[in-house]
Amino acid sequence: MVLLILILILMAGGVASWLVASSNATAARWIALLSICADFVATISVWIANAGHATAASQRWFTECNFQWIPQFGIRLHLAIDGLSLVMLLLTYFLGIMAILCSWTEIRERAGFFHFNLLWVLAGITGVFLSMDLFLFYLFWELMLVPMYLLIGIWGHERRIYAATKFFLFTQLSGLLMLVAIISLAILHQQATGVLTFDYEQLLGTALQPNTALLLMLGFFIAFAVKLPIFPLHTWLPDAHTEAPTAGSVILAGLLLKTGAYGLIRLVLPLFPDAAHRLAPLMMTIGVIGILYGAVLAVAQSDLKRLVAYTSVSHMGFVLLGIFAGNEIALEGAVIQMVSHGISTGALFIMAGLLQERMHTREIAQMGGLWETMPSLSGAGLVFAMASLGLPGLGDFVGEFLVLLGAYRANVSLTVVATLGLLAATLYGLRLGQSAFQGPNPHHWKLPDMSFREWAILGPMMICLLWLGLYPQPVLNAVRPSLATASQQAVPLQEVVRR
Amino acid sequence: MNSAHLAVASPLLLMSATTVIAMLAIAIQRNHLVVAAISLIGVGASLLSLLFAASDIPQQLTSLLIFDPYSVIYVALLLCAAAFVILLSYNYLKQRHEHREEFYLLILLATTGSMVLVSSRHFMSLFLGLELLSISLYALIAYIRSETVSIEAGIKYLVLAASSSSVLLFGLALIYAESGSMDLSQFAAALNHAATFPLVAGLMLVLTGVGFKLAVVPFHLWTPDVYEGAPLPVTAFIATVSKGGMFALILRWLHPHDAALSGTLGLVLSIISIASMLTGNLLALTQTSVKRILAYSSISHMGYALVALLAGGTLGAPAATYYLAAYFATILGAFGVMTILSGSDHEAASIEDYRGLFWRRPYIAAAFTVMLLSLAGIPLTAGFLGKFYVIAAGASQSRWVLLFTLVVSSTIGLFYYLRVLAAMYAKSSDTHPSRTTLPLPATIALAVLTALIFVLGLYPTPLWNAIVSAAGKLG
Repeated sequence: MVLLILILILMAGGVASWLVASSNATAARWIALLSICADFVATISVWIANAGHATAASQRWFTECNFQWIPQFGIRLHLAIDGLSLVMLLLTYFLGIMAILCSWTEIRERAGFFHFNLLWVLAGITGVFLSMDLFLFYLFWELMLVPMYLLIGIWGHERRIYAATKFFLFTQLSGLLMLVAIISLAILHQQATGVLTFDYEQLLGTALQPNTALLLMLGFFIAFAVKLPIFPLHTWLPDAHTEAPTAGSVILAGLLLKTGAYGLIRLVLPLFPDAAHRLAPLMMTIGVIGILYGAVLAVAQSDLKRLVAYTSVSHMGFVLLGIFAGNEIALEGAVIQMVSHGISTGALFIMAGLLQERMHTREIAQMGGLWETMPSLSGAGLVFAMASLGLPGLGDFVGEFLVLLGAYRANVSLTVVATLGLLAATLYGLRLGQSAFQGPNPHHWKLPDMSFREWAILGPMMICLLWLGLYPQPVLNAVRPSLATASQQAVPLQEVVRR
Repeated sequence: MNSAHLAVASPLLLMSATTVIAMLAIAIQRNHLVVAAISLIGVGASLLSLLFAASDIPQQLTSLLIFDPYSVIYVALLLCAAAFVILLSYNYLKQRHEHREEFYLLILLATTGSMVLVSSRHFMSLFLGLELLSISLYALIAYIRSETVSIEAGIKYLVLAASSSSVLLFGLALIYAESGSMDLSQFAAALNHAATFPLVAGLMLVLTGVGFKLAVVPFHLWTPDVYEGAPLPVTAFIATVSKGGMFALILRWLHPHDAALSGTLGLVLSIISIASMLTGNLLALTQTSVKRILAYSSISHMGYALVALLAGGTLGAPAATYYLAAYFATILGAFGVMTILSGSDHEAASIEDYRGLFWRRPYIAAAFTVMLLSLAGIPLTAGFLGKFYVIAAGASQSRWVLLFTLVVSSTIGLFYYLRVLAAMYAKSSDTHPSRTTLPLPATIALAVLTALIFVLGLYPTPLWNAIVSAAGKLG
C-alpha cells in the first residue's frame, strides 16, 4: 500500500502546487519539495526496515501491493519493491529534491505548472521502478513523456520545441514497439498456459521459440535502447538535454536514462535469457562503440550542456556493457554506474545551470578563469568533472571498474577497447575543468560565488559521490539479491561465462 | 407485429416521433430553446427505451431489421453522440443568424438513419438508412447559408455521396442478381473462396459506397474540405454518428468469428486500412487548420479500427467497438472545445487561434490537451486503451504488417498532435486570463466528455464486458 501512496503523494503534490502557485509561488515550491521529501523518507524507512533480512533472499519483495484492475486481460495494479527498485527510488527522490532546489530561482514564470510537471514526471518514474505488471509498466513509461515534453517545450532554451518533439517521437515510436512486444508476450503465454496475464512474475517462465524470443526481446530492447540511449538511437539526447531547463536536464540525465537501464535489467535479461545471451556480443560491441563515440564527441563540443550530454552517451555505454557482460560483477558495476552517473551528471547539469544563470551563456569559449571570481563553485565543478572522468575515490570509478572487471571475463578485446574510453574521458574532463575554471580570465567575469542554497544542492551530491566511491557496499548489498534473481533466469548466460 | 416487436422498435419509433413533434413545434412557434429541448429529451427518451427494448432481444422486425445486443450497444453509442452534438450545437447556433430550429430536425433524422443502418439486415433497410443519413447531411453541411465554404462543402458532399450511393446500389444489384437474395448475410457468402465473380465484384462496389462514408483511402478526398466547410457541430456529427453507423454495419456483416478476414476482401481491406493509416497521418503533417488536421486524423483512425475488424477472432469486434467508443468521446470533445472557442463570426479553426491558449484559458486548454493525447493514444486516456485492444486483437491473429503500420503511423500522427499542443503552450503576448463566460450546455458536454475519456481510459471493465457479450452473440 505504501508503494501506491508514494505515487499518489507526488501526483497530489503536483496538483496542489499548481493550484497554490497562482497566489503564492514560494508556497508551491515548498509543497513540491515537501512531497518529494516525504517520499524520500518513506523509501528510506522501507530500506531500514528491510536492511536486516535483505540478504536472506527468502522473500523476493520487501513489500508489494496487488489489486485487480482489468480482469478480462489479467491486468493488475501490481507494485513491488526490491533492492534494485529501492536504490533507483532513492536516486529518484534525491535528484528530485535537487531539481526542485536548483530551479528555485531559475523558473520564475508559471512556477506552479512547472512543479506540477516535475512531480508528475517523478511519479511516472516511480511507477516504472515499481511496476510488476507489464501493462502498468508501459503505462508509467508513457506517463513520464507528456510532462517531460511540457518541461522541455515550455521552459526550455532556444530550440525547445524541436528538441521536445524529437524526444517525444523517438520515445513514442520505440514505446509502441515495446507495447506490441508486451501484448505478444502475454498472448503467447496465454496460448501456452491458457492464462491471459500481464504479471511480470507469471510471464517470467514463458517458453518461447528462440526466434520469437529474439524478436520480442528486440521490441523491448529498442524501447530501452532509445531511453538509455544506445549509439545509433541517441540523437534525441543532445538536443533534449541541451534545450531543457536545468531541472529537466537533471531529471533526463539522472533518471530517465536510468529507466532504460532498469528495463534492461528487470525485463530483458530475465524474460529472454537465451535471446539476451545470443545477442550479448553484439550488445557489448554497441556498448563499446557508445563509450568511444560519446567520449570523442564530448571532447569536440563547445556548448557546456552538450558536452555533458555526450558524456552521458559514453557512460551509458558502460552500463550496456555491464548489463550484457553476463556476470554479476559487471551487473553490479552497471548499477553503481547508474547511480553515480545520475548524481555526477546531474550535478554537472546543475553547474551548467548555475553558470548560465550568472553568465547567460553555455559556451565554454566564453568562460575561463572562473576560479578567480568563484572559487567554491569552480572547486565544486572540478570535483564533478573528476567524478565524470572516473577518478578513483569517486562513484563513477567504482562503477566503471566493476563493469570492466566483469566484462574482461566475458570478452577481453572489447574490454581493452572500452578502457580507451576512459582515456577520452580524461580528455573531456580535463578540458572542462581547464578551459572553464582554470587559466586566465579573459572576459573579466565578476560573478557572485555559491549561495547557501547552491551549497545545499551541490554539497550533498559531492558527499554522495564520495560515499559511493569509498564505501559502495551498502548499495551493493541492497541490489545484490535482486541482481542475483535477475541473472538466475539467465542460467546459460553464466555457464558460458564460467567456461 | 406484436408487443415485443413494438418494444424493440421503441428507440426508432421514439426518434421518429420526436422528429414529428419538433416539426410541429416549429410550425406553431419558432423557439430555439424549445426545439433543442424537445430534441434532447427525445434522444434521451430513446436512450432510456433501450433499457426497455433490451429485455426482449434478439428480435427480428420483419425481414428488414434485427435488434440484438450488438445493435443496442451501437444505437446507444449513436444516441449518446447525437445528444452531445445537440448540446454543442445550441450555443453555436445561437450566435448565428439563421433559422436555427430545423437544424435539430435534420440531426434527429440523420441519427435515425444511422440507427437503421446499425440494425439493418436487408439491402432495403441498408439503403433506406443510408439515404436518410446522407440526405440530412447534405442540408446540415450547407446549413450556414451565409458561409460560402459551407455551401461549397455541401455541394461537394452531395455530388460525391450521391454517386457513391449509386455505386453501392449497383453493387447490391449485382449481389442480388447472382444470389437471388437481398439478405445482408450475402456479404458473408461473398467472402467464401468459391464465390463467383459477380458476387465479389458486387461486394467491391458495395465497399466503395461504404468506404466513402467511412472516409478511408482512396475514398477520402471529400473529408478535409467537408470537415473544414461544415459547421463545427456537423463536423462532429459526421465524425461520429455517420461513420459509426456505417462501421457498425460492416463490422456486423464482415466480421468472421474464428479467424482473421482473408481472401480477396481481406486483401482489399488490408490495403485500404494500411493506406488510410499512412495517408491520413502523412497528409495531416503540413496542415495549418485544426479542422483539417482532425479530418486527416479521422481517416487514419478509421484505418486503425479496420485493423481490429481485419484481425477478427474473439477480440476483433469488441476491440473495434471499444476503439470506436473511445474515438467518439474524444473527437466529440475535441470539436466541443473548438465550438466553445468559436466566436459568432468565425470558427477557431487555425492553429494560430490556439497559440498561448493554455495561459489564457487553462481549463479549456487542459481539456483540449486531454483530447489530443487521447487521439494520440497516450496512457490514462480512452484512446490508449482503444489502441491497446486493437493491438491485442491484431497480435492474437498475428497481423504483423498491419500492426507495424499502426505503430509507425501513429508515431507520425503524434507529430501533428504535438504541433497543436506546442502552439497551445507557447508563450504568447496576450497572456491575461480571459474572463469570457462559457456557454452552459457545451461546457457540461465538455466536462462529461473529459470525465468519460478518463473513465474509459482507467476503468474499461463495464463497457468492455457489455461489448464482449454483445459481440459474442453476433451472426
